[in-house]
Amino acid sequence: MLRIEGLTAEIEGKQILKGIDLEVPKGEIHAIMGPNGSGKSTLSYVLSGREGYDITGGSVTWNGQDLLAMEPEERAAAGLFLAFQYPVELPGVGNANFLRTALNAQRRARGEKEVDAMAFLKLAREKLKQLQMSDEMLKRNVNVGFSGGEKKRNEVLQMALMNPSMAILDETDSGLDIDALRIVSEGVNALRGPDFSALVITHYQRLLNYIVPDRVHVLMGGRIVRSGGKELAEELEAQGYGQASAA
Amino acid sequence: MPAVAETIETVQSVQEGGYKWGFETEIEMEFAPKGLNEDIVRFISKKKNEPQWLLDWRLKAFALWQKMEEPDWAGVSYPKIDYQDAYYYAAPVKKAGPKSLDEVDPELLKTYAKLGIPLKEQAILAGVEGAGESPADSGRMPVAVDAVFDSVSVATTFRGELAKHGIIFCSISEAVQEHPELVREYLGSVVPQGDNYFACLNSAVFTDGSFVYIPKGVRCPMELSTYFRINAKSTGQFERTLIIADAGSHVSYLEGCTAPQRDENQLHAAVVELVAMDDATIKYSTVQNWYPGDAEGKGGIYNFVTKRGACRGARSKISWTQVETGSAVTWKYPSCILLGDDSVGEFYSVAVTNNFQQADTGTKMFHIGRNTKSTIVSKGISAGRSQNTYRGLVKISPKAQGARNFTQCDSLLIGDQCGAHTVPYIENRCVTAKVEHEATTSRIAEDQLFYCRARGLNEEEAVGLIVNGFCREVLKELPMEFAVEAQKLLAISLEGSVG
Repeated sequence: MLRIEGLTAEIEGKQILKGIDLEVPKGEIHAIMGPNGSGKSTLSYVLSGREGYDITGGSVTWNGQDLLAMEPEERAAAGLFLAFQYPVELPGVGNANFLRTALNAQRRARGEKEVDAMAFLKLAREKLKQLQMSDEMLKRNVNVGFSGGEKKRNEVLQMALMNPSMAILDETDSGLDIDALRIVSEGVNALRGPDFSALVITHYQRLLNYIVPDRVHVLMGGRIVRSGGKELAEELEAQGYGQASAA
Repeated sequence: MPAVAETIETVQSVQEGGYKWGFETEIEMEFAPKGLNEDIVRFISKKKNEPQWLLDWRLKAFALWQKMEEPDWAGVSYPKIDYQDAYYYAAPVKKAGPKSLDEVDPELLKTYAKLGIPLKEQAILAGVEGAGESPADSGRMPVAVDAVFDSVSVATTFRGELAKHGIIFCSISEAVQEHPELVREYLGSVVPQGDNYFACLNSAVFTDGSFVYIPKGVRCPMELSTYFRINAKSTGQFERTLIIADAGSHVSYLEGCTAPQRDENQLHAAVVELVAMDDATIKYSTVQNWYPGDAEGKGGIYNFVTKRGACRGARSKISWTQVETGSAVTWKYPSCILLGDDSVGEFYSVAVTNNFQQADTGTKMFHIGRNTKSTIVSKGISAGRSQNTYRGLVKISPKAQGARNFTQCDSLLIGDQCGAHTVPYIENRCVTAKVEHEATTSRIAEDQLFYCRARGLNEEEAVGLIVNGFCREVLKELPMEFAVEAQKLLAISLEGSVG
């Protein structure tokens, strides 16, 4: 269970989050929709621990732990996964090496046994197959020369390997064609279950046709202005943010 | 049987301070009197029972050196060295070797492993009696090792095995005794005595080093390796390495080095000469890990080294790969003289500087033969308050028709108090030659670090991964096992550089 209470945050003195209250119970997928500049990405970075954001008030607890007191890598090891809106390139770093290093860093932090190269390869190939991706993905350098769609697929591959209990998808649908969108969505839906929850951040309703949310929240001006069921997304799509938030 | 290990009884591995090789070994030593004069040169020569020609050669070098000025053009600064305030000869007193590995300090064996010398044959290097004449049983390619402890070579392994192929691998002192004709022919033939200040000093007082001769058409069946260690206080280390690859032969050679952690600066002025005849290949890899000084810049080795290879034969090839992480000050330009037609020179370098380290390193490629090719890939990583300079010369003579050079220099900065400098010199006097130069400077981006951390890596692991990615083109040139160790070394060298 993720519980956000009265969360306020600034970047370079400018207040972006102005008091967010949100609960994502275990096993549920919630969508956060909102126009550009409403604070969606800030929320995802604050939840995953990126530096440069001043948290000025409120609290975030996750399974009873104070999430904001944890380092980004501790959050990852505890099962939090952020799928980046703009995945970062790491020149010279092989994808397979990166994924295994990351997986083992998490396992080590949890006191679990590390996965050797052979076992990792087997696991990775299994996930690639599930996601209808090519083995080539493992041989390339992390995100270097990847198309927008490939980068997002690589995020979903990472998510599948890390098997998180909470995923934050930051505009994962942006820049995806319909086929990629379907593959990415299937990756998320495959993780769906009583122990997996997700916060799907998106600008458009389109993604929510594939990943059907339990709840939809509208973020505007740094606050959640409306919450509802999945039909809220359709309403937003039809009427636009101005109208829907006023309702 | 000389041995390094039997005397190493009180090894303490100093874990703090980031330098894990900083222990001093308590050992009974024999020293020459402090200071440098003609008598010291004679003392060293006599100690080594050298022939008259070599003594004369040394004395000529000493006379030249006295007239020379210490160079000051490099991008490094350090207090003036008092050449009279050092010992020029220090040797462990010889005792019987340990009977088995159980008698060898495990810390020492661990040190060798950490250093990047993959010694399945640790017994051999440790000087265990009887070890070293049978190949390793692990299925892995064995590595023959020459260990130089302060001024003398203490052990050379696999000599019997190598001798079956006609390969000579021994200390240069032994080579002087047993193969004087080879030493006399080639010593100083690539780096003459008066070449530069530090090479000249080395020529006068060099104490030991490795000697390799690969006969015609022989492919050396194993990696050859030299492990250098400065141990004694106030000593300089002046080793001399000479490698000759006769026509059609092939050899891969690796050197590693460490020194104790001390507040004083110690001088290391080595000379390495390589000679490759027709169709011969020499691959020379270095993992340089001398003590770099502490986080405040106190202590550390001055690493003033002259390394040069001559591609004398047609289609010969000399490839330098270096991973430079240690030393307070590094001044080093492994070079190739491409005399033979179609000969090839390569230089792959990673230089890491942290805290107050200074490195001025690069290469010189002299294109003389026709269709000669050279490739230079340099990766400089600066952190802390360090200064890291690439300095390189590509010189193409009028006769070098069709010569080609490609140079790539990339610098990576960590933090905002360090410096990276690229100083390429290109002298092209041949119209048909082609020279390319590319250079980049970048920082480890905050988004790269955060991306890694969001995947579960801590900050230092993230830096290690990113830096290793940056150096990949060079690391892949190292022999496999050493590459793994070099990767670890890079991460260790940059500990504490972020945050």
